Amino acid sequence: MADYSWPLAGDRTIIGGNVPRIDAPLKVAGRAAYTSDVKVPGMLYAVTVTCPYAHAKISSIDISAAEKVPGCKAVFIIQKPGTEIFWAGDDVVAVAAVDELSAEQAAKAVKVQYNELPHLVLDASLNTPDGFAQPMKPEVQGDPDGAFAKAAAVVEETYSMPVITHCCLEPHGSVITWGKGTLDVHISTQSVAGIVTQMSKALAVPAAKIRVRAEFEGGGFGAKLAADRWGLAAAQLSKLAGGLPVRLVVNRRTEQETAGCRPSGYGAIKISADAKGNLTAWQSKTWSTGGITGGADFPVPYLLNIPNQRNQHTTIINNIGSARSMRAPRQPQACLLTMCALEDLADKLGIDPLDLVLTNLKLAGKRAKIYQDEFAVATKAMDWKKRWHPRGKGEPGPIRQGLGLAFHSWAGTAHPAACNLTINPDGSVAVSAGTQDIGTGTRTVMAIIVAETLGLEVEDIEVQVGDSSLSSSAGSGGSGTVGGMGSATRRAAVDVLQALFAKIAPSLNVDPAKLKAGGRQITGGKTPISWKQACAAMGALPIIARGVNPGPGALNDSGVGGVQMADVSVDIETGVVSINRIVAVQDCGLIINRKTAMSQCYGSLIMGVGYALYEEKIMDQNLGRMLNPNMEFYRLCGIGDTGTLEVHLMSGKGYDERGIVGCGEPCVISPGAAISNAVANAIGVRVPSLPLTPDRVLAALGIQS
Amino acid sequence: MLIHKRRVANKRGKRPEKAAATTSFGPGQVSFQLNVNGQVQSVSCEPCLTLLQVLREQLGLTAAKQVCDRATCGACTVLMNGKRVYACSILAIDAQDGKIETVESLAPGSTLTALQQAFVAADASQCGYCTPGFVMSATAFLADTPSPTRDDIRKGMCGNICRCGTYAGIEEALLSMVKTVKRSALSSKRRKRG
Repeated sequence: MADYSWPLAGDRTIIGGNVPRIDAPLKVAGRAAYTSDVKVPGMLYAVTVTCPYAHAKISSIDISAAEKVPGCKAVFIIQKPGTEIFWAGDDVVAVAAVDELSAEQAAKAVKVQYNELPHLVLDASLNTPDGFAQPMKPEVQGDPDGAFAKAAAVVEETYSMPVITHCCLEPHGSVITWGKGTLDVHISTQSVAGIVTQMSKALAVPAAKIRVRAEFEGGGFGAKLAADRWGLAAAQLSKLAGGLPVRLVVNRRTEQETAGCRPSGYGAIKISADAKGNLTAWQSKTWSTGGITGGADFPVPYLLNIPNQRNQHTTIINNIGSARSMRAPRQPQACLLTMCALEDLADKLGIDPLDLVLTNLKLAGKRAKIYQDEFAVATKAMDWKKRWHPRGKGEPGPIRQGLGLAFHSWAGTAHPAACNLTINPDGSVAVSAGTQDIGTGTRTVMAIIVAETLGLEVEDIEVQVGDSSLSSSAGSGGSGTVGGMGSATRRAAVDVLQALFAKIAPSLNVDPAKLKAGGRQITGGKTPISWKQACAAMGALPIIARGVNPGPGALNDSGVGGVQMADVSVDIETGVVSINRIVAVQDCGLIINRKTAMSQCYGSLIMGVGYALYEEKIMDQNLGRMLNPNMEFYRLCGIGDTGTLEVHLMSGKGYDERGIVGCGEPCVISPGAAISNAVANAIGVRVPSLPLTPDRVLAALGIQS
Repeated sequence: MLIHKRRVANKRGKRPEKAAATTSFGPGQVSFQLNVNGQVQSVSCEPCLTLLQVLREQLGLTAAKQVCDRATCGACTVLMNGKRVYACSILAIDAQDGKIETVESLAPGSTLTALQQAFVAADASQCGYCTPGFVMSATAFLADTPSPTRDDIRKGMCGNICRCGTYAGIEEALLSMVKTVKRSALSSKRRKRG
């Protein structure tokens, strides 16, 4: 069997370096074409009619007036009379017309009548009307009550973070042509192959007749894995309109209100330790909502297997838009509930939380050593030992400074993937895959691996992704794409190189095993020959190899650890929190492209600052609707809000040997907890709920805003 | 609409052709001209359409993106008479007297501007959807503030939002432009001396 293993550190020329992403020139020049930019001849514009009520039954739908609106070409009833609607903003009817204004006119002419039903859109309390809260079975380990009774210190506190929305900048949408038995789909998705399967099943079109493309995608973060009602409606409208292409891109309100939703996380936590700071017991009563699908439970206590535990989760099924997976699902909630309780316990014990964590890393299992190493790096970078002060005991004055910490884990398991790699007799090289580059740098990673393996340069490699006709790969979720595509690409590249060597070795009169590729040359023969000469010698036909994952050779691994320390300032007169600095130390196995790996970590941190300080899907129980379905009042982190971010990637010996582990998500887990802890350290009291907005900070300080 | 009519009539005294006989525009198409990327183009559209809608749907200039649609995120940023504007919040008919520049005008061939190259080098784009807006915003910002500090960048670029979190790259890109500007100033001095 060929040796697929990654080249050793000394043999790498490109892997692990800082390679600018190969599609960046298209992006900065405005030439990257996203789904919302696709315009095809004869294209119709579609909009949807949405339900204004959080819970209702459709009693009647009259589309006759809409069909008569000039320019209207198709009206499709998505949900028929009698259907129960479970969240406001859900799509009921879709219309397609020759332009946007006509489509809006037609949508306004659709008459839908509803019977309103009782709804719940809040989740802060477990005291809900019957049927909304569904407690799961409590899970007990050891003797928590006995351990609490014997403990030197016990803390009981409730912490929470609200539902947030993905807020993809490119709204969900598609441009679909239903041809003669075929579907041509441009869709903003994280899963071109997954959309084929979903559309095939929902629309009864053979998968082989469906082509899905997403050349560029304007942000997904977990929200764009499904075809959604919009996608299916666009296809149906195209069919009704006799096969004319239909563009259906949702508006900002829909994107905020129903196209994104990370479940909330609430927890009444009780935690205890002995006099030496060893954790002895944990009790959690957690709850969460993700709309009609409820809110999944969280892995609490996070990462530390405290000997005595009692955990019970309640899922609240309510009437907000449905949950979608969002960057490291279930982890930020678990991290906040656990790490805040840890720091509150350290405060009660009168010790540095760093010492409490280090003392208890023995409960972290096989990753304890990684955390220990990472805390050493972070402690030095933050100068924690010198700069940390007991809670609320910093410099007096209106601006209070504080430090906080948290740590996290993420699987980052490589997903199933396949690619095709071709080397042509003229020396050109192309690799293609039915995967997608959602901004994580998939294209660049594939080019790096092919170039490294074949001894070429990144610019020598043509990469094509974002088209289901190329090959089938899994959706980009779970930070699995670089691991999956990277490993598949390495296998294909090793195979084509072996095939090339086998073809040219006889003419060079040398054993193919002696040949090596590097510096755009093939060496090992009497004299080096150029890559082009070698390819010219292979005959008239190209050499093609297919690489898959999983496959031979240990090229990837699962499970990474990361630690973060935050330094904040809080204005105790206004309640405004600002980030001074965040140090993030992250392990991610073998780094293929340091530049894009760092960008993923920075991006996650910034998203973390966003949900720690600003982001909240604010629901109104009377209206049953989201009050901030826009970007003025659903605030994201801006360029001036991040403070100084410092990312340290753990790499080199001891890490590289693991192969690739995905790092697109882990850094988003800790910021909520680390920043909340830093704020508590600064002002002397815990602000129990995220986001840490001025009103919440002032309320925790006992000041009426 | 009343305010709008007055503003247009007073400021310009030049109204779209069809509206000239009356004092209001629409409903119905109005014809007028837009100066975009150095070319004067004839446009015919409903007067309620924004500059962004006309750029994207009629003129085929899709780099500027419709994201928040309410002058918050800056993904639609274009330049009007050299100043940054949110194209989602300007009516196309109100842009008649302006010189509009979109990111497509920066690198009409394949050669990127120094700023665009700096964006590439610093990995200042991830998904890239906000990037054209950031590039235009940064172009105007650097014209006003050629040697910005990190704080200047954080204040001067706060009208654009990135969800992927590319701010570190954007700062690095803009700071590297300062070095480029200083280096080229230095080398031109040296050339003069030499």
